[in-house]
Amino acid sequence: MAALLGRSCRKLSFPSLTHGARRVSTETGKPLNLYSAINQALHIALDTDPRSYVFGEDVGFGGVFRCTTGLAERFGKNRVFNTPLCEQGIVGFGIGLAAMGNRAIVEIQFADYIYPAFDQIVNEAAKFRYRSGNQFNCGGLTIRAPYGAVGHGGHYHSQSPEAFFCHVPGIKVVIPRSPREAKGLLLSCIRDPNPVVFFEPKWLYRQAVEEVPEHDYMIPLSEAEVIREGNDITLVGWGAQLTVMEQACLDAEKEGISCELIDLKTLLPWDKETVEASVKKTGRLLISHEAPVTGGFGAEISATILERCFLKLEAPVSRVCGLDTPFPLVFEPFYMPTKNKILDAIKSTVNY
Amino acid sequence: MALSRLSSRSNIITRPFSAAFSRLISTDTTPITIETSLPFTAHLCDPPSRSVESSSQELLDFFRTMALMRRMEIAADSLYKAKLIRGFCHLYDGQEAVAIGMEAAITKKDAIITAYRDHCIFLGRGGSLHEVFSELMGRQAGCSKGKGGSMHFYKKESSFYGGHGIVGAQVPLGCGIAFAQKYNKEEAVTFALYGDGAANQGQLFEALNISALWDLPAILVCENNHYGMGTAEWRAAKSPSYYKRGDYVPGLKVDGMDAFAVKQACKFAKQHALEKGPIILEMDTYRYHGHSMSDPGSTYRTRDEISGVRQERDPIERIKKLVLSHDLATEKELKDMEKEIRKEVDDAIAKAKDCPMPEPSELFTNVYVKGFGTESFGPDRKEVKASLP
Repeated sequence: MAALLGRSCRKLSFPSLTHGARRVSTETGKPLNLYSAINQALHIALDTDPRSYVFGEDVGFGGVFRCTTGLAERFGKNRVFNTPLCEQGIVGFGIGLAAMGNRAIVEIQFADYIYPAFDQIVNEAAKFRYRSGNQFNCGGLTIRAPYGAVGHGGHYHSQSPEAFFCHVPGIKVVIPRSPREAKGLLLSCIRDPNPVVFFEPKWLYRQAVEEVPEHDYMIPLSEAEVIREGNDITLVGWGAQLTVMEQACLDAEKEGISCELIDLKTLLPWDKETVEASVKKTGRLLISHEAPVTGGFGAEISATILERCFLKLEAPVSRVCGLDTPFPLVFEPFYMPTKNKILDAIKSTVNY
Repeated sequence: MALSRLSSRSNIITRPFSAAFSRLISTDTTPITIETSLPFTAHLCDPPSRSVESSSQELLDFFRTMALMRRMEIAADSLYKAKLIRGFCHLYDGQEAVAIGMEAAITKKDAIITAYRDHCIFLGRGGSLHEVFSELMGRQAGCSKGKGGSMHFYKKESSFYGGHGIVGAQVPLGCGIAFAQKYNKEEAVTFALYGDGAANQGQLFEALNISALWDLPAILVCENNHYGMGTAEWRAAKSPSYYKRGDYVPGLKVDGMDAFAVKQACKFAKQHALEKGPIILEMDTYRYHGHSMSDPGSTYRTRDEISGVRQERDPIERIKKLVLSHDLATEKELKDMEKEIRKEVDDAIAKAKDCPMPEPSELFTNVYVKGFGTESFGPDRKEVKASLP
């Protein structure tokens, strides 16, 4: 396992973070969408570790988003299997399996349904190593859940619950922005010796297509990436929201504002240094996420950057997020942090 | 009872019947006794008799309302495919007998709470077609003001508590309602409906334990359509005898495609719940559509199975045969009734299409109680004032 990790790491070659954009992105591969990339990652994970298992509701036939296609046929029903409809039971079961040294890759069908399992994640998974004095751990646990708006999901198929989990020391929270990132990050999550919650932006399952290298590779956790360099303002986001932010950056450039865009990738523990370095350069920060603004993860980023960069800030930290309402049905276009809202905020921050 | 049911149906029967039908819905309460298709299977209780008291009035009522429900669901299917209904849409066709039979056995003081397959239950509780289609299309005139959608129908006046998206979450709620009913000495019961998929949720057993401990008038009804989304019951449950799952709580297995069996079971259950405490009813039913409109419904079951059930056990066909055999109407009269229903549904859809969408300001209402001193802020903590196009 260690040799495999070493080989994958060397292939990736990590230059300094400011040149982060030139990592795996230079390698070519087949164009794949998000669910195919995740599928590939799962195939590799199960292939390389005979003690890894994938289970959840409906994963046997490929899952409702086709992320687990072909796994049951290739690895057998003993390693890839369906569970009954009981999230709390599924995650609890996964924790137990992981505690015996296995890699349990749990699928929660929609992030909106993760709450019955919240107790297991917070009280059991996150604290297992700590309270047993390192005798036991459930590091092999990875929970995958599709999250985020999809255009017509309504209250219970669109939620972004990442903020709830970022408040729990002991687990990691990771969110990829694209197919290539997803494959590398998921493999890192599965092989990371800590329990991880991996949120997949469901909007991108089919919409995002990117060249994904076919071999086994990992992208390191807790390392943010500057995906667009600029000087006037730093934008921080994750997941599908980055696409929207990128559009806003392009529009802002036409008006002469140079934007630096950072993909956080890992929300817990998050890469404070990269964001700090960027804000010290630009002096302005804007955070954007789909989850409601109050208590969203943007608040944590804002507070930390304020502590570290107070004297360098030229304007208050701006948060362009979902509104403080339940995720609405017909009102979704009004609720979402759209490109124009971000552009507005960029301009008002720069002109503060 | 027949007359009161007539008035409660007044929302649905919007046009007076022509003279040709006058013999059908006149105060013809000739009692008829119907035998249920199958005997009841009981767990820890004595099953009720197979002979169900009914009347010609009720038989025709059943036919009409079930045909209306069926037509409504098929129309919703077309509307969804035409993208007028967005989001998720879970259709109930095939399961109408459960909604109808239950309504026939209870009053509007008894509460019903169900999951997301709620269009027909809402109709049975006195909802109108206009409210249904408006809500499905997200319009203001919808029962939840267009903010709930297909999965969130409610009707407070008729004690219909919805309409829930999260699987199994409605059952503890139902037991809470039953507690309130007992506390307030209302002599009413609560029917908490759930599916065979939800039967494996932990919260169900928590709710069951509490109900049994405190003798709550809660009736847990498992609408067993044999598939939890795409998973067959035998692949999800060690014991697919859902009526026995209550262990120490009595249960009854009912043929859910026979409206009279459902009516008898619900009557029996109501009495049991008021006198002794909780009981589980398992309705053996079937849905023709897939789990939702995104599910073709044919990848996990054969077309032969679906058409087999349609031929042998369709609830509307059964009532039709009874109506014809008891000489309450002719084939032609029933066909005319169906045509009228079709027109009624089309009219309701047209009316709903004309209804406006909710105002953008409605996005912020009812998050908390109005005037409670809390406001909703847009991005950057600025209040959203502009009305978007």
